[in-house]
Amino acid sequence: MSATATSPLPGGGMPGTVPEAEAAQATSGKPVLWKTPVLLSVLGIVAFIFFGLMGSAQTARFGISTSEDFFQLPALEIPAMAGGIALSILMLGLAAYAVYLKTKSRPVAAWLTITFTVLFVAAFLLWVVGGARTPSISLAGLIAGSVTLAVPLVFGSLSGVLCERVGVVNIAIEGQLLGGAFTAAIVASITQNPFVGLLAAAVAGAAVSMVLAVFSIRYLVNQIIVGVVLNVLVSGVTGFLFSTVMQADKATFNSPPGLDIVEIPILSGIPILGPILFKQSVVGYLMYVAVIVVWVGLFKTKWGLRVRAVGEHPQAADTMGIKVNATRFWNVTLGGAIAGIGGSFFTLVAIDSFTKEISGGRGFIALAALIFGRWNPIGAFFAALLFGFADNLQSIVTIIGTPVPSQFMAMLPYLVTVLAVAGLVGRSRPPAASGIPYVKG
Amino acid sequence: MVRVLKLELRGITKRFGSLLANDHIDVVVEPGQIHCLLGENGAGKSTLMNVLYGLYEPSEGEILIDDKPVSFRGPGDAMAAGIGMVHQHFMLVPVFTVAENVALGAETTKAGGFLNLEDTRQKIRQISDRYGFDVDPDALVEDLPVGVQQRVEIIKALVRDARVLILDEPTAVLTPQETDELLDIMRQLKSSGTSIVFISHKLREVKAVSDTITVIRRGKVVGSADPGDSTTALASMMVGRAVSLTLDKAPANPKEKTFQVKDLTVIAPNGQHTVDGISFEIARGEILAVAGVQGNGQTELTEAILGLQERVQGSIQLDNVELVGRSVKDVLNAGVGFVPEDRSVDGLIGTFSIAENLVLDRYDQPPFAKGISMSPAKVQENAKSRIDEFDVRTTSGLLAAGTLSGGNQQKVVMARELSRPLRLFIASQPTRGVDVGSIEFLHKRIVAERDQGTPVMIISTELDEVMELADRIAVLYKGKLVGIVPAGTGRDVLGLMMAGISPDDAASADRTGSAAADSRGTSSAEGGDHA
Repeated sequence: MSATATSPLPGGGMPGTVPEAEAAQATSGKPVLWKTPVLLSVLGIVAFIFFGLMGSAQTARFGISTSEDFFQLPALEIPAMAGGIALSILMLGLAAYAVYLKTKSRPVAAWLTITFTVLFVAAFLLWVVGGARTPSISLAGLIAGSVTLAVPLVFGSLSGVLCERVGVVNIAIEGQLLGGAFTAAIVASITQNPFVGLLAAAVAGAAVSMVLAVFSIRYLVNQIIVGVVLNVLVSGVTGFLFSTVMQADKATFNSPPGLDIVEIPILSGIPILGPILFKQSVVGYLMYVAVIVVWVGLFKTKWGLRVRAVGEHPQAADTMGIKVNATRFWNVTLGGAIAGIGGSFFTLVAIDSFTKEISGGRGFIALAALIFGRWNPIGAFFAALLFGFADNLQSIVTIIGTPVPSQFMAMLPYLVTVLAVAGLVGRSRPPAASGIPYVKG
Repeated sequence: MVRVLKLELRGITKRFGSLLANDHIDVVVEPGQIHCLLGENGAGKSTLMNVLYGLYEPSEGEILIDDKPVSFRGPGDAMAAGIGMVHQHFMLVPVFTVAENVALGAETTKAGGFLNLEDTRQKIRQISDRYGFDVDPDALVEDLPVGVQQRVEIIKALVRDARVLILDEPTAVLTPQETDELLDIMRQLKSSGTSIVFISHKLREVKAVSDTITVIRRGKVVGSADPGDSTTALASMMVGRAVSLTLDKAPANPKEKTFQVKDLTVIAPNGQHTVDGISFEIARGEILAVAGVQGNGQTELTEAILGLQERVQGSIQLDNVELVGRSVKDVLNAGVGFVPEDRSVDGLIGTFSIAENLVLDRYDQPPFAKGISMSPAKVQENAKSRIDEFDVRTTSGLLAAGTLSGGNQQKVVMARELSRPLRLFIASQPTRGVDVGSIEFLHKRIVAERDQGTPVMIISTELDEVMELADRIAVLYKGKLVGIVPAGTGRDVLGLMMAGISPDDAASADRTGSAAADSRGTSSAEGGDHA
């Protein structure tokens, strides 16, 4: 799993040509900045002081298996302070290596950033759990919950990938998620069939996207502005219909039958991986399928080659007989449909009814995941997982009673977003024509 | 086996609003010929070819292939009919490999729409071997030199079975040697049955390779010419009046060396030395022309002098005052006039009026400014006299500078920079994209500045321009100074120097290879007319 996690990331694009892409970036005149080495050093020192020296004397216990697993693994028990010191020394080592690379004017490799992030998260976990009233946590539950919270983010960032790869910036992910959530709830309630609701969510997301597509492609309106306006519009319309229609007759319009968790026998009993991969709702399984299909589609098929060409150099695509604006239109629409399905997760899986602003800004986190994942479906998937993890961690940690005030823990997902996007992304390269309308001639 | 194809354009007219870009143009491209469309920038050649390639729809007229009328709704139709085009600005996706670029739009797929790039790679290798292109199908396009990128474009057309290949200003980005190689490739393609439409305004190349020449001026065909006609005759036909291609220039009268550059190194943010240990001097009353293929440090060199580069080592002295470390404003106030290489980006503010653009460097100084307020009347007055002096073709100084043609924009920049007493004049690509008539004028102004006793530095990628203006020629290659040679050094020697070969080696290589060069007919074709 870790191999697939890292390999598509560095090139920001074609996995087959990663070494060339890196070599090109090293010589292409892009500056090697102090940003990453400095950030890593600061984080390393923070980790050493807080997670190491100020670590708790307790032993943190991480449960790996759940009682439903078909074989049991022993729990990990690590002294919080010693573990924190060991991990932060490793981090400082990596930071020193990054500084060394900078002095040689070489860019910091993606593996280094990823390893550092993993170590930092581990040290943080050790510190938080070690310092809690009950220093014990189920790792399996933590990770499974992260995946659950990441589902809408993954769908949202896939929508962003599809749009940006074809040259349209999709700020309207939030609106697409919200539209999907609302439509899924109301249609599933009326038809009493969650699958019809799922389909309707896709249509709603696509409809929001089509507005974005028509205004940005046909009428050349600034894509950011259309996206922002769409978010406000969808929020207003769904909020209005919620208070006028749904609340008036909750039984008819806002009690959708949920999509049940489908458990695959035996396989779901594998520790940690089982619940993540084989104990999901239909929407959860669809997520895995969507990530793989979009990745294979973009990088291995004729369709993907054309899509990426349109997003990188639309004029070149045009001279090769590819219809630039039609390709953009349909891709943006498809992206909207995918985000719509992601939205249905809120009302068909997570909660069994719609409330105002149920998407809660996750569309914007999805946008961050897309950038952190370097416009790559698999990268975006893991980025979304990281945000889901941060989100889940803050709720679990609040439950086990950490000394950190819960308000600070609630900031965690957003803190991770800012750090990830601003500091750790490095020199990522968006599709060259992203955000630029194409006018012939 | 080879299907040859006769192509005819009949009465092609293309309007953009009220602008008539093509006015009833008739052209016949006979099978297996190299047909040149000769015309100045903005004459309508590229528009015509975009009509032929299906990118624009003609307002009137028709295209005939083998005497049958066809209509193209897009480039796809044109390609299917056997027409391929290599655009002036390459239509290659930089982050794709060669194979991906060639495959794009004509992909071979396995079941399920999966790409079969192996098939494309094989086709590329076949064509590459046949014409000696030496192109690696798996190289990333952005890593390839410009000359190779151009071959990728040609491969793209050939893979699609193009019988007529349109080359739009293909030599603009090439070194003289690469140009010669391209002309050889064109001859090879012709002998294997591909017709070529060659668009150019460079007379030397046109004469060297064409079978037929059609001259276009202001959107109209003004006649056809024979490759054997003299350069002057072709130029006059192209411009529409007698032009003198040779500059009347008195020998230089160099005085004291007031501009000195010593061990100058410019370091790019990625640590690369874009200018690498350069030393030279320019005397008052002398023009030093810097030759080199684009991207070999010329931009960085001029920016370093102006104070626009961050990391500069070494010394730049003007009148014994050190310029390294000074602000741009200080450098300008020291008497440096600068014409940047891209006038529309760095030379002008397109939405400002011509009058405002003419005082961009002195808007805050008297007489244009009084305290914190500007004096519009003075700015207008200044505009009036500059417009007259430099023959800027405009109806009013109040018009936005962006509405002017390229040549007139360049005159505005030049007028601004030359309208104050200078201690050093630097012009980068002073005549890029400028019509032949204006070139003459701009060149005269540059020489006049020299004759007033200003040290002048010209940076140009056009070898003709370098040879015309220079009193001495410096050649840059990968940020290093290959050498400084006197004016009158041969084109072939300069070409070799532009590829990084030292002046002595270049001169001896040229002596042994001159027989071959003559037989190619490209190096000496223009010499007779020019000398």
